[in-house]
Amino acid sequence: MNGELILFFVLAIVAISAALGMLFSRNAVYSALFLILNFATVAVFFLLLGAPFIAMAQVTVYAGAIMVLFLFVIMLLGAEQIQHQARRGWQRPLAMLLTLVLLAESAYLIFTRSDVLTVLQPAAADYGSPQSIGMLLFSEYLLPFEVTSILLLAAMVGAIVLVKEDKKSGGQK
Amino acid sequence: MIPVSYYFALSAILFSLGALGVLIRRNAIIIFMSVELMLNAANLLFVAFARANEALSGQVFVFFVIAVAAAEVAVGLALIVVIFRNRQSIDIDEMSNLKG
Repeated sequence: MNGELILFFVLAIVAISAALGMLFSRNAVYSALFLILNFATVAVFFLLLGAPFIAMAQVTVYAGAIMVLFLFVIMLLGAEQIQHQARRGWQRPLAMLLTLVLLAESAYLIFTRSDVLTVLQPAAADYGSPQSIGMLLFSEYLLPFEVTSILLLAAMVGAIVLVKEDKKSGGQK
Repeated sequence: MIPVSYYFALSAILFSLGALGVLIRRNAIIIFMSVELMLNAANLLFVAFARANEALSGQVFVFFVIAVAAAEVAVGLALIVVIFRNRQSIDIDEMSNLKG
């Protein structure tokens, strides 16, 4: 009971620190590694919330495949060495202000709506099991599932066509 | 057990940090990573409310969001590679060709 609350707060601190580290790292590789840490902690939150299938998908797809793609592109471009120039001075304070407004709005919602304050009850034994997710995915959500495959195919073809060197113009640079 | 509002607060903080990253950073790859952070915060809220309402559909939607994010990253990073090839820079302030 109490241990779960302590685990939540420790993980929340890790997740928020990792997000802050991603934002303020000078080196893009460090940013990517901080983001992987953040994704891993969110995967543990998914486990706490009774979603083991989503947690494993998070680790393999997000922390694995997507972040490896990010790291690969960062290394390919040498983007970790790119220095960003001094920008206009008013942008950063304005961005901070807008973010604070967004946070204040969320806090207002949390504190004024009573229905989000419900304490989570222990779920049914098979809640969130891969079997029940699979049953739902292949019955009620079969069409979206198939459309997702077409989307992934389109993204794959699009990425290859974009990056392919143009042979006719001799790979202009 | 933990109230849903704690997850709501955590998700709001992570989403705000992602929005802050989009606003203050100039490196296109970091901006992309901030967008991923925001998607992830939304996923966390999806799963939390799915658990609160005992509705498994929320988890199925998170599955779709992850698939769409993967497709988006593949195309987006390809675009960044092409832009870098043409301009030797991924600073978004320098992508002003369409400005006229």
